[in-house]
Amino acid sequence: MIARLFNFHGGVKPDAHKNESANAPIQPAPMPSRLVVPLRQSTRATARCIVSPGQHVLKGERIGDPEGTLGTAVHAPTSGTVVEFGLHPLAHPSGLNTRCVVIEPDGEDRWVERHPFDYHTATREQALAQLRDCGIVGLGGATFPSHVKLGRGSGIDTLILNGAECEPWITCDDRLMRERAADILAGASILRELIGARRLVVGIEDNKPEAIAAMQAAAGGIEGDVAVVAVPSLYPAGGEKQLIRVLTGVEIPYGKLGAEFGVQCFNVGTAHAVYRALAHGEPLISRVLTLTGNVSRPGNYEVLIGTPISHLLALCAPKPDTDRTLMGGPMMGFALPRLDVPVVKGTNCIISASPTLFPPPQPEQPCIRCGECARACPAELQPFELYWFSRALNFGKAQEYNLFDCIECGCCSYVCPSHIPLVDYYRFAKSEIWAREREKSAADQARDRFEFRNYRQEREKEEKAAKLAAKAAETRAKMADKGAAEEAPANADADPKKALIAAALARAKAQKEAAPVRNTEALSPETEKEIAEIDARRIKAALIDPATPAGDTPSERSPESTS
Amino acid sequence: MLSALLIMTGIALVLGAALGYAAIRFKVEGDPLVEKIDAILPQTQCGQCSYPGCKPYAEAIAKGEADINQCPPGGEEGIRKLADLLGREFKPLSEEHGVEKPKSVALIDEQTCIGCTLCIQACPVDAIVGAAKQMHTVVEPLCTGCELCLAPCPVDCITMVQIPDTVQTWKWKYPVIELRKSA
Repeated sequence: MIARLFNFHGGVKPDAHKNESANAPIQPAPMPSRLVVPLRQSTRATARCIVSPGQHVLKGERIGDPEGTLGTAVHAPTSGTVVEFGLHPLAHPSGLNTRCVVIEPDGEDRWVERHPFDYHTATREQALAQLRDCGIVGLGGATFPSHVKLGRGSGIDTLILNGAECEPWITCDDRLMRERAADILAGASILRELIGARRLVVGIEDNKPEAIAAMQAAAGGIEGDVAVVAVPSLYPAGGEKQLIRVLTGVEIPYGKLGAEFGVQCFNVGTAHAVYRALAHGEPLISRVLTLTGNVSRPGNYEVLIGTPISHLLALCAPKPDTDRTLMGGPMMGFALPRLDVPVVKGTNCIISASPTLFPPPQPEQPCIRCGECARACPAELQPFELYWFSRALNFGKAQEYNLFDCIECGCCSYVCPSHIPLVDYYRFAKSEIWAREREKSAADQARDRFEFRNYRQEREKEEKAAKLAAKAAETRAKMADKGAAEEAPANADADPKKALIAAALARAKAQKEAAPVRNTEALSPETEKEIAEIDARRIKAALIDPATPAGDTPSERSPESTS
Repeated sequence: MLSALLIMTGIALVLGAALGYAAIRFKVEGDPLVEKIDAILPQTQCGQCSYPGCKPYAEAIAKGEADINQCPPGGEEGIRKLADLLGREFKPLSEEHGVEKPKSVALIDEQTCIGCTLCIQACPVDAIVGAAKQMHTVVEPLCTGCELCLAPCPVDCITMVQIPDTVQTWKWKYPVIELRKSA
């Protein structure tokens, strides 16, 4: 049992707005007419498409093979026909396209054959491969592949289950814990076994008493050291490092991961998906998400991956004054550039925003150096310094101030009296730094290749020169062997080229002498006669000097004389 | 008087020996300034600076033969970095050496390519594969966009294609909206 809780630095208390949707039970969302399944289910890896248009697929059939160490498989969310494999916009602030498989459901929703996976008899590697093949990624929003997170099978003492759900408006994890507590804990105990942890701690914010009660009731059925702990509601208590700090007191330093301190953290939704994948052999093809905000019917829905957001908005009926739609929470989410984008594994909430609920940002004022942001920062950074450096494009300095420790939680922007969109600056600086790193590695590669090409050209030149020199030396040696001493050896020393030419000439002459014209030897009388006739004709035609023997000047024969 | 002279001579000898030793012991191979300049240059190897590659240009800058504003692919940012490194004034990109363009890669129209290998010989980073009378193709991730393959192509089948943004390479925009004087 947890003896005491710890505090993390900073944090803010925005209006929770959980009541709007917290009492709506999870319902399955109706089947859309088309499912657009992106093969890119996280920002790190894109699966390789293994289906072709026209092919019929069953629910849960694999449509994308994992590629790379961070790859996970992608599956068909329902049975139907693949109608297209092409580029479609992704739910991403850029609104850019990515490769998607478009499936037209046949309405039967027929499952592919499923087999429970017995992780007790299987090896750890097999179990991790099963998770990868079931497409299990972190459902808290970051969509990091779970099999990679479980990679270290030793040195983990505590497994933390993250049910904090600290962002305002979102209630999908709350509902999941209330309704499927036993499944979540079954998944958590699988995770605990796979990672080799001794104890399991579930952290839930104390504004969700029903979820805490449900989880505590279900925890009785789980063996071993299990604790369900209510943590104070303070945004961002659901941040991985913050929750670890609150529950265990371990503070994870810059550039380190929880695993290095014997703590690993998983979202409750991920634990549920792991349970479905191992106990039922079901891949991750749907998730629970909250539809809320400026809507008439807020609710929580079990939604198939690939369902268009516009289809979901019809379920909750946004009010007429809705001016934009947010994906994720109001603190860390982003406004969707368009509404035809599909739900992905990381989509936990869709919020319809209106000017009354989410007033447009006030004009940005100069920083007054009040330090409020530093007091609110849960990562214990100096947000104002990072802001100045990012604004001044001084990225090196921003990195020195640990820009990459920033979790983009938005606390600093929330408290800023000058309404500076601080997180926008950090996101800008981070993406610029990544771009520069990519450019730098490309430049390094180009430099290496250029230098190698120069080296290769130099080497080829040298090889050619060496070959020529060797040949020349050989000829000279031959010349010396032939006793060509009288052919001016002094000259040869003075000008090797001239000597070579002289030698070549001499060789040609010798060859000429050595090889007499063959077709003038041992001639038959008829041929001799013929030759004599031809010669006579030639003399007549005054083409050749009668003194020249026949056959010696074949090249001088004119076309007329040969005919 | 004599002792003072001896002491001074002694000190001079000792220090001289120490300096001489240090000069051998801590000798730096090559010119570190050239390396630093080369690290800033974009390694496009395009020769637009009128030197045959980035390294020769870096050497020329280090010797003071070339100016810092002759590299169009490096752009304004590259010039600023060079100015910072060398303690010189920033100056705009010299027009005679070209203009800054968005990053592109070469694309061979494989239908038109006759397999003459001229582009392969021109490529400074060996990013084109192919053989005589066989179709050639550009290995995109290796292409620096130097455009050196465009001129030798006898059938003009190479075009420069701007690299589109993908979800991986997309960047957040600079949040500050620049104020410009209206005309």
